[in-house]
Amino acid sequence: MGPGIPLHPDQASTIARGVDNLHFFLTGVTLFFTVLIFSTIIYFAIKYRRRSEDERPPEIHGSVPLEVVWTLIPALLCGVMFVWASSLYFRNSRPPTASTEVFVIGKQWMWQLQHPEGPREINELHVPVGVPIKLTMISQDVIHDFYIPAFRIKRDVLPSRYSSIWFQATKTGKFHLFCAQYCGADHSEMVGWIEVMTPSDYQQWLSGGMQGETMAQGGARLYGQLGCITCHGTGKGPSLVGLYGKPVKLASGETVIADEVYIRESVLVPSAKIVAGYTAIMPTFKTQVNEEQILQLIAYLKSLAAPEVSAPGKSEMPAERKTK
Amino acid sequence: MSSVALAEPSIEHRVHYLNVSYGVKSWLLTTDHKRIALLYLTLITFMFMIGGFFATLMRLHLITPQGALVQPETFNKLFTMHGIIMVFFFLIPSIPGVLGNFLVPLMIGAKDVAFPRLNLLSWYLLLVGALFEIYVVLSGGADGGWTFYPPYSSIYANTHILAAALGVFIAGFSSILTGLNFIVTIHKMRAPGMTWFRMPLFLWSIYATSLIQVLGTPVLAITIVLLGLERLLHVGIFDPALGGDPLLFQHLFWFYSHPAVYIMILPSMGVVSELVTCFSRKRIFGYEVVGFSSMAIAILSFLVWGHHMFVTGQSIYAGLIFSVLSFMVAIPSAIKVFNWTATMYRGSISYKAPMLYAMGFIGLFTMGGLTGLFLASLATDVHLNGTYFIVAHFHYIMVGGAVMGYMGGIHFWWPKITGRLYPDAWARFAALVVFLGFNLTFFPQFMLGYLGMPRRYAVYSPEFQVLNVMSTAGASILAVGYVIPLVYLIWSMRYGKPAGPNPWGAKGLEWEASSPPPTENFEETPVVTEEAYAYAREALIRL
Repeated sequence: MGPGIPLHPDQASTIARGVDNLHFFLTGVTLFFTVLIFSTIIYFAIKYRRRSEDERPPEIHGSVPLEVVWTLIPALLCGVMFVWASSLYFRNSRPPTASTEVFVIGKQWMWQLQHPEGPREINELHVPVGVPIKLTMISQDVIHDFYIPAFRIKRDVLPSRYSSIWFQATKTGKFHLFCAQYCGADHSEMVGWIEVMTPSDYQQWLSGGMQGETMAQGGARLYGQLGCITCHGTGKGPSLVGLYGKPVKLASGETVIADEVYIRESVLVPSAKIVAGYTAIMPTFKTQVNEEQILQLIAYLKSLAAPEVSAPGKSEMPAERKTK
Repeated sequence: MSSVALAEPSIEHRVHYLNVSYGVKSWLLTTDHKRIALLYLTLITFMFMIGGFFATLMRLHLITPQGALVQPETFNKLFTMHGIIMVFFFLIPSIPGVLGNFLVPLMIGAKDVAFPRLNLLSWYLLLVGALFEIYVVLSGGADGGWTFYPPYSSIYANTHILAAALGVFIAGFSSILTGLNFIVTIHKMRAPGMTWFRMPLFLWSIYATSLIQVLGTPVLAITIVLLGLERLLHVGIFDPALGGDPLLFQHLFWFYSHPAVYIMILPSMGVVSELVTCFSRKRIFGYEVVGFSSMAIAILSFLVWGHHMFVTGQSIYAGLIFSVLSFMVAIPSAIKVFNWTATMYRGSISYKAPMLYAMGFIGLFTMGGLTGLFLASLATDVHLNGTYFIVAHFHYIMVGGAVMGYMGGIHFWWPKITGRLYPDAWARFAALVVFLGFNLTFFPQFMLGYLGMPRRYAVYSPEFQVLNVMSTAGASILAVGYVIPLVYLIWSMRYGKPAGPNPWGAKGLEWEASSPPPTENFEETPVVTEEAYAYAREALIRL
């Protein structure tokens, strides 16, 4: 290969090497069988070329042992590939529990990336090296796909549904971010960069970008502005303190976990899941909040969940004290 | 065999299906399966040229990272129309419509298909569908990709998606009726002695294909109707803003469109079985295994659609099941490759053009199939899905496989269809050009995909340029490789040497009819007394 043709993409995440090893194994198998078949065909074509028009080759019907062999060998190889690929995928799919969160909103044709600490970025994401980052993603319009080749990660970003993905960068530098699902006219320009920095550079960058409020603070402000507090703080509605991540018993008898999906649905379609013991009096906030604001509200509820052991009645939600 | 050729009156002086009547009406109202085959040939060749032209424009555009030729919006329409036309108006109708129509009755010793008028209707449906697509092209095009993923296609796009989808919907009925016709024909109209296990393997693969067409295509039709409802009347089916589920569309779409891959490749596999045996002068190695593997592929093809959706958010466990099923469908394909290769062992191999295409098919299909394993493997699919790796993989199957098989088949049966021979040296040269051009076009795309270049990009990052230029260079060679046969095949219709009934010394009932065959195919119903591919025996008993 001449200069100018890179042979493999950067390996810049903890999972990249594992994926590449499997990729090389598959490449090896592909090369082996391609060469085997091509060379056998060419060898037969030359060795058994027609020498006279009267040739009548011997009749061969087939061979059961051969059929068994060339069924079992591919089956065995496929078995190895399946187990290898699936276990790797299984491991790669689980984010470490202590991941830093970043929120992603895809829209025609840009990526909006939001750090819980406050900074908001467009088509660029700054992250520290060596720290697991969990992305919670949603689309504001059509299906997009968040793809970082150097990290070997990709995930569809769906409208009205959170999807998540995680990575842990292993080296600093700038890496491509691509949209990998066709999304309209400027699909190929819905691209950006992931900038992986040393932790100290990252802290510096982060403090430089913190002029405004954190996501949770923004959520708290919305919580007041939208009047959530008038019900959820008075007992008319269920309390939201310590709610995030906990099971919720519904009027239908089911139990669901209060995750991002549940919270988002409860804001937009409150009647979908009614908490046991309450009536469906909450109106929808569909027209009043956008995806970004919902994420802020979620961040706020998460912040309420964090100090769950401490006594209720933190300064942020004085009214909560009366409920329960 | 030579005695037969002597007894044959010359093409001009004998009444056959081509000269039995003249005039446009005699063609447009024909119910002769052979004439209908030629109607298909004309239509899909035309559509192939349009689709190929769009591909050429795309490749030229991608010579530079910022795009050399058109606006991104136009580029998006080019790949969309290329995909729709090539999949629904070339690949799917190609071998069934042309070779299937021509050969199914001949191979089983029948006068025609079971429902000749339905057969003509199938062609008209394809024509109407094609006219819709041509209307779409002329009126500004559609974007969104041949996959029509909503909510983009149903709500956000403002191109002619509805008309394009309607064209596909109509063409789908053509496909269903053709499949139905072949199933009934093969069941009911086989000549005396033509048992299932004496049928040429081409018929087995056409039969398997027809099953998929009949069972799968209605799902596509339903999906398109639902898409139309949402786009026209804003009924919330797929768009979550209307209360729908976008992934539902993908499930429905791939439930048809993955089996559709096998609608495209199975007939080519059947062709290759005919070519390899004829030009090796041997029985197929493991007849039953090859036949049953076609059926296994047809059945398994319905169970693997989820492997298109590993990165959509489908549950991990669903992913595991679709992954294991996808690996399973690879096995019958591998078995076929081994059996074709083994058929050549101790054969008497001649390198006529059809055999070169067959050999090319086996090698390229092997690569296409093996690179499919990268995508059946969950961990690697995450990286490769949606990139040029996918593009390269399915072009190895669709072009390196299906089109190679189609070209081989056209070259093999051309003397039967037209009664004339084409210049073999040119044909072999063209086969070589196609092989080289194809590999130069699509091999670099495997590398591009692994490097991370997404598909459907009108502009791209500069580091991908060298490989893109290589691919474009290959595409121009490939285009030449397709133009050459077009020229000499048309030339041969008038100036080619008369072929005689059996220029290749092939087995099979179609080679017992004269070339071109008379309208009723056989003067008297043939009686089959031997298995397919009995090349080791002396010449056929009748004659």
